[in-house]
Amino acid sequence: MSTLALEVTALNKAFGGLKVTQGVSLSVRPGERRLIIGPNGAGKTTLFNQISGDLRPNSGRIRLFGEDVTALSPYQRAHRGLSRTYQIITLFGGDTLEHNVTLGLLGLLPSRWQMWRPLSTYRHLVTEARRTLDSVGLLHLAHHSVSELAYGEKRRLELAMALAQKPRVLLLDEPLAGLSNSERATVKALVASISKDTTVVMIEHDMDTALDLAETVTLLNYGRVIVDGERDQVIADERTREVYLGG
Amino acid sequence: MQFWIIQGLNSLSLGGLLFLLSSGFSLIFGLMRLANLTHGAFFMLGTYFGAIALRDYSGLNLWVTAIGAGIIVAALGGLFERLVLTRLKTNPLGQVLVTLGMAFIISDACLVLWGGDSIPVPTPHNLQAPTRLFGFVFPTYRLVLVAIAIATAIGLYILIDRTRLGAMIRAGVDDRQMARAVGIPVSRLFTIVFCLGAGIAGAAGVLGGPILSAYPGLDADMLPLALIVVILGGIGSLFGAFIGSFIIGFIYTFGTVLFPELAYIILFLPMIFVIAFRPQGLFGRLGT
Amino acid sequence: MKWIALALFAAVALLLPFVAGDFYVNLASQIFIAAIFALSLNLLVGFGGMTSLGHASYLGVAAYLSALMTTRYGFGHGAAALISILGTVAMAAFFGLIALRATGLGFLMITLALSQVLWGLAYRMSGITNGDNGIAGLTRPAPFGISLESPAAFYWFSLLAAIIAFVMMTIFVSSAFGSSLKGVRDQPRRMAALGFNPWMIRWITFVYAGFWGGIAGLLYVYYNKYIHPTSLSTTSSAEALLGVIAGGSGTLAGPAVGATLVLLLKNYASAYVERWNMLLGLVFLFIVLVMPTGIVPGLQKLASRLWRRPS
Ligand SMILES: Nc1ncnc2c1ncn2[C@@H]1O[C@H](COP(=O)(O)OP(=O)(O)O)[C@@H](O)[C@H]1O
Ligand SMILES: [Mg+2]
Repeated sequence: MSTLALEVTALNKAFGGLKVTQGVSLSVRPGERRLIIGPNGAGKTTLFNQISGDLRPNSGRIRLFGEDVTALSPYQRAHRGLSRTYQIITLFGGDTLEHNVTLGLLGLLPSRWQMWRPLSTYRHLVTEARRTLDSVGLLHLAHHSVSELAYGEKRRLELAMALAQKPRVLLLDEPLAGLSNSERATVKALVASISKDTTVVMIEHDMDTALDLAETVTLLNYGRVIVDGERDQVIADERTREVYLGG
Repeated sequence: MQFWIIQGLNSLSLGGLLFLLSSGFSLIFGLMRLANLTHGAFFMLGTYFGAIALRDYSGLNLWVTAIGAGIIVAALGGLFERLVLTRLKTNPLGQVLVTLGMAFIISDACLVLWGGDSIPVPTPHNLQAPTRLFGFVFPTYRLVLVAIAIATAIGLYILIDRTRLGAMIRAGVDDRQMARAVGIPVSRLFTIVFCLGAGIAGAAGVLGGPILSAYPGLDADMLPLALIVVILGGIGSLFGAFIGSFIIGFIYTFGTVLFPELAYIILFLPMIFVIAFRPQGLFGRLGT
Repeated sequence: MKWIALALFAAVALLLPFVAGDFYVNLASQIFIAAIFALSLNLLVGFGGMTSLGHASYLGVAAYLSALMTTRYGFGHGAAALISILGTVAMAAFFGLIALRATGLGFLMITLALSQVLWGLAYRMSGITNGDNGIAGLTRPAPFGISLESPAAFYWFSLLAAIIAFVMMTIFVSSAFGSSLKGVRDQPRRMAALGFNPWMIRWITFVYAGFWGGIAGLLYVYYNKYIHPTSLSTTSSAEALLGVIAGGSGTLAGPAVGATLVLLLKNYASAYVERWNMLLGLVFLFIVLVMPTGIVPGLQKLASRLWRRPS
């Protein structure tokens, strides 16, 4: 019986009168691939924001590998192996791709407090960053500015920044959103190739594409967990059909 | 005992003035996300208008002058908002900087026009005799000033809470995008609120005249007090501005009388305390 | 382009004391001081995205501390300088704790309020600060026995200080830490998710900027041999901010150029019209409305366009 990679218990969050997370509990085993689905506005991103520490829940607990991180800041959670991507692309637009990924690597190292040596002189970080860029197929653009990228390339860069950190738990917020079919296939393959050392929790409301990536699925609606379990079980469930087909 | 009573009343009247100043600042900030650093200058402009008008035209009285100054300053504020601030809609930092620039221009213009000596504003004749209440003597004008501030607070409350305009302002404060989406003319609302805030500040300048007089640097004395009030009370909250004004009025008045050299330090202690433990201010909702 | 500008600067800086009269040499010293001050503010405004309207606090407090230490408390210049800088840094550390509870406009308002409090104190604690009369009759230090009394000597001293300041701040913003600072300016949430502590990064920068503000303050009081509450005023903070924005915040040399322009404007224009505040206000309006990204980036764009044309 190993400890859970991510454990959320009885989480609640409201914006004013709007209850966006209502008693949500999740248990994700190490190495698991979990898909979180639900219609727009179901509270998926808000759930991620609470797991990553961007938002404070009103009540409930969040544990990473058994450690209670509910009171920790986002950066402290990052140092405990949590990494995430954003649904709304959040990159350093004026800088190069290489710089973006190197910055991601720097975040977990003590050298981030270094006040005299330029980041670009950290050869091993740059090498590592380029390797990650290569793995998402963006190496040829390493010295280009992010602002020159097409949307699909930005999505992959988002992913690269998170992957570079070799997280223990990776949160992906709609990594396929807005991509063309061929780009979808690329990113899907990329996500499928993530090492089993990393636990992946992924939001996608497009079930068709994302389902093959998942082992387990959680269905959220109106801030509540509606169904939760093995993939096929959840798909077959009556309530899933109700939410999705408006039954 | 008389000392405490008098200083208490002084505190209340300063608090009242601060409310007139900071309520507009707070409204503007809440709706437009604009730190209007011209606000102290609007107040000073009002005081100068009052001082000059009452000095040169004997037929005027303080109340008419206050209303007139309020209207003039509101109009100036409206022009400034329309001609300059709207151009900088996408540049909030630029907006603050031009309000600062405008404050410099106004305060220097006052110096050019009316010189470096302070100009008194006479207390209305019928309010010069002190009022006797419960065996104590009160300066009548200050009592009236406190009453005006409270009346203004009630008026603003009704405006914001009970009228259509107020409903639109509240919607704009809560969520500008949403307000736009449902068809509220946000841009016109900005102008109205800016005029309103500027006008109250201008009128307050006249009303504060009998206590403060018009002098160069009045704006620089008043603006920080208004800033401290809104930081204390919570930026964008009218109620916070009300409570904050009287807290600062008391602290400043008693601080100045009891520890003249330290008044400024005492003044900013509550601000530090609030920022440390409740950065959104006592009654604020915005973190900013 | 950069090298041409640098060579030009070096030539002018080295020759100036030999060819120019005292007035211009003194003006140049003032420019160096204003440049250090603007560069330190730019760490906050340009690289940290923290627009402070209270930077005069550090200049003024360091200057007042030095003045008080050397006159009222009889310290030598070395000890006084040390105490002034330590005191200023400690104050920046404390003010940073308060002001960085907020960001954006909240930060701006708090820094403004804090500096106004100091300004008020300088006027009112006249028992110590001598109030509106200011503290006069100060002396310049004589490091290693070299007197700084002559305009030329002070010129070299402030030039050296400005070069050191420029190099140190350039290293700071180019470092790994500087990269995280810019990251926090652009995407604070993402930076936190990547493992950076945005608050700490901002606070350290705030204190460092306070340190250089304090250095500028020491030079300022050495130069003027006099200190008055106006050095703590909003006008003083605003002049520096105008320099930063006019020159181009977030660029390395821009604020120095901007500060130079502001100082020249102040010296020349105010000699004729005596309306410095009004002019300052008008320039604010002009820069923000007409040249929002600043003069140096504007010129750079122009230069690179001219550069490319022949090829
Ligand atoms: N910061 C916020 N303030 C107020 N309401 C919010 C905020 N963030 C999200 N919401 C609301 O919470 C609900 C859930 O949003 P979200 O978590 O983004 O949904 P999803 O990612 O499942 O589409 C939506 O109705 C959204 O409008
Ligand atoms: Mg979402």
